[in-house]
Amino acid sequence: MSEGTATKAKQLKYATRTDILEFIMKGRVFFALIIVITVFTLVSPGFLNLANIIIMSKHVAIFAILGIGMTFVMISGGIDLSVGSIVGLSAMIAGGLINEGIQLNQFGVIVFPNTWMVIIITLLVGIVMGAINGLVITRFKVAPFIATLGMLYIARGFAGLRNNGYTFSNLIGKPEFSNQGFERLGAGNFLSISYSIWIMVFFALVAFFVTTRLPFGRHVFALGGNRRAAELSGVRTKRTETIVYMISGFCSAMVGLIIASQLVAAHPATGTGFELTAIAAVVLGGTSLSGGRGSIGGTIIGAFVIGVLSDGLVILGFSTFLQNIIKGIVIVVAVVIDQIQISMQERIALQRQELK
Amino acid sequence: MSEPSIVSNSSHPDAGVILRTENITKVFPGTVALDQVNYNIYKGKINVLVGENGAGKSTLMKILVGNEQCTKGRVILEGKEIHVRSPRDAMSYGIGIIYQELDLCPNLSIAENIFLAREVVHRGVIDKRIQQQRTRELIQRLEHKLDPDTLVSDLRIGAQQIVTIAKALAQNTRILVMDEPTSALSTTEVKVLFRVIYELKSHGITIVYISHKLDEVLQIGDCITVLRDGQLVAEEVVKNVDLHWIIEKMIGRKLETLFTRKKHKIGKVLLRVEDLTLPRVSGGYAVSHVSFELGKGEILGIYGLKGAGRSEMLECLVGANPRASGKIWLGGQDIGSNTTLKRIQAGLVLVPEDRQRDGLVLTLSVAHNMILASLEKYLNRFRLFLVRKKEKKAVDTLIKELSIRVSDPKNLVASLSGGNQQKVVVAKGLLTSPKVLMLDEPTRGIDVGAKHEVFEIMENLAAQGYGILFVSSELKEILAMSDRILVMSKGTITGEFKREEATEAKLINASVTGNGLTNETEQP
Repeated sequence: MSEGTATKAKQLKYATRTDILEFIMKGRVFFALIIVITVFTLVSPGFLNLANIIIMSKHVAIFAILGIGMTFVMISGGIDLSVGSIVGLSAMIAGGLINEGIQLNQFGVIVFPNTWMVIIITLLVGIVMGAINGLVITRFKVAPFIATLGMLYIARGFAGLRNNGYTFSNLIGKPEFSNQGFERLGAGNFLSISYSIWIMVFFALVAFFVTTRLPFGRHVFALGGNRRAAELSGVRTKRTETIVYMISGFCSAMVGLIIASQLVAAHPATGTGFELTAIAAVVLGGTSLSGGRGSIGGTIIGAFVIGVLSDGLVILGFSTFLQNIIKGIVIVVAVVIDQIQISMQERIALQRQELK
Repeated sequence: MSEPSIVSNSSHPDAGVILRTENITKVFPGTVALDQVNYNIYKGKINVLVGENGAGKSTLMKILVGNEQCTKGRVILEGKEIHVRSPRDAMSYGIGIIYQELDLCPNLSIAENIFLAREVVHRGVIDKRIQQQRTRELIQRLEHKLDPDTLVSDLRIGAQQIVTIAKALAQNTRILVMDEPTSALSTTEVKVLFRVIYELKSHGITIVYISHKLDEVLQIGDCITVLRDGQLVAEEVVKNVDLHWIIEKMIGRKLETLFTRKKHKIGKVLLRVEDLTLPRVSGGYAVSHVSFELGKGEILGIYGLKGAGRSEMLECLVGANPRASGKIWLGGQDIGSNTTLKRIQAGLVLVPEDRQRDGLVLTLSVAHNMILASLEKYLNRFRLFLVRKKEKKAVDTLIKELSIRVSDPKNLVASLSGGNQQKVVVAKGLLTSPKVLMLDEPTRGIDVGAKHEVFEIMENLAAQGYGILFVSSELKEILAMSDRILVMSKGTITGEFKREEATEAKLINASVTGNGLTNETEQP
């Protein structure tokens, strides 16, 4: 009798221990973030001062917004390598619209759209670039990797062509064209928090809602998990997949606007290499490269880890080379832990079945 | 049931056993796939292994060739216990297998496939000449003429089969397991294969032959072993048995009393299909000018051999194939549109044959899988976002109605047993409020208890006025559950029988029409 209760107690203890382990594994990116911040604060007590936090969170916002778009793409089982180039192209489009306007040669006039119009047109350009990605992938059955690799070159090329490789500088508009105020997007703040961070928060909330509560979000997960089953369940897979790339293009354009506004200038090389940072943030956040699994919350925390890590290492005076090595290790280790967690969850599920 | 009921050991000299298993047991989460199986393989003979789907044949073979490990039990090869931990281990003991899906790399040549992972190297470089020469010898031994440099993707299925056999021979295989080797072959290719098998036998190679085609089994086998629900139920010399005996052992008596369709009325015509046709890319038709009607509350069984076009027909009906043509009326209305979404909205829904490949998103939870096809039903008033309460209500109702055993609907669907996974797919279909439910092999790979439940569900749904199309390869199931039976062969309907007039012999005969096997199958 006593033996029976003893084994039961043991089982109970065991179950709670696996529960704790599971909890730690599930929240691992969050714990990693806390550890990174703690270590940096201990090593350099001034790490968490206001100026640093503001700079870091601005960087984080950029990667988080790109990461949100990328999360949709990666949950659907794809990848978008063109985001960095679309960032650059959007920045150049916005810069051109403010400094040069739209030249309507047949009427011999130049139209200067106001700042809101500039933002809307730029975002539309981003969406269209994404739509082209999506159409090439769904209609011509090109692998996402290749289609977006092509777009990476094409969009970057157009970004350079827009002003023959030169920068659009001093993007403050002119009172006579009533297109002033573009710089406020990057420099302005609300409740002493920068607009770019508010934009990140807003995008994240919307994206969270879309992934968890809209049929579209469910379709994206199903698409990445099992395309054929999704199709046979009546999901319009081609449409869903195209929209996913449009979202990514939209997010990229938003980032292009923010950067151009922060610098009050648009350079054609803006955003070079951002696609990889975005992918790193998404992967760190627990989204699977093979699709079907992932979350917006994870991506945001992933972006924080990447952002804090890169800025923190700069503040601590690590060389660029060392920074790269550390970032690379963090990304690979994150995915290794991810794989361990998957197999562990399967084991835990089996154990629970046996306990019953 | 641990002791096989009829084992006439007297007819087998025990010394002839090359490999035997002792009390092999394999437990999967949710099911016992093998229950204390004592299986004998006789040296130099063609050992056939038969059993229904899910009886445990494949699991037993996977254990022998090292793809699965048994939970309990021993494997004894020529008197010595062996531990087969991987296919490589099995090879070193001389045990080879040819899978139903041929495991060849289509992008490599015949010679490259045969010597894959065992390349003949000379100073670290592959010696192409010797590989080619040996390949030629092996192929010749199998009475074929194939150029060793031909890409496997350029070969017909029959020739690919020969290559897999050659591959097995190249590894000095003494025991060759063939899992459903004829399922994709034409009649002439089957004849060639049989010649090859006899040839191998005359060279002293022991064959284990797994097949669903009982006429083949009788034709080629020396000894027969029958598995049912994970247990070995009989072992005999093929000479002493007939088709009737095999079916009786495979199905067991109790099943016939388990499900019989109750009496009921069939309503007016619900679904009318006319001239449904699906051309094959390689020419000919996968589904050729099929027309039929389905009444309200009717279960229409569709029988046929593998590749007869049954699944393809259902896929055409649900709009999964844009090349399909033909007319479909549902409840008197012509469904013009050809997209899956429109078909589902009209009330046609498919529960596909391969639930893991086509039916489920394994990365999603049970609940999310169930509601995947009917998401628009759980939207809020403004049709914008999903309402959790509505989702939960639908999920809970169906879990209760179909008695799906899951502790929490938020668990991943992959954690359920086969039978419960199948019910999730059925639930997903039902939540779209269909009028016609198409079930493609709904009992494949699930245990007897779950089968019974699936039949009960079908019975209830028919009573509620759904029309049901029921595709199955299991004769007994079709005969027990259907109000009317259509038989398909080579893409066309070759027979239609009312419940009262249908017999196994009639169905089998109709199913092999045009296959050239008609006369050999009129046994029971």
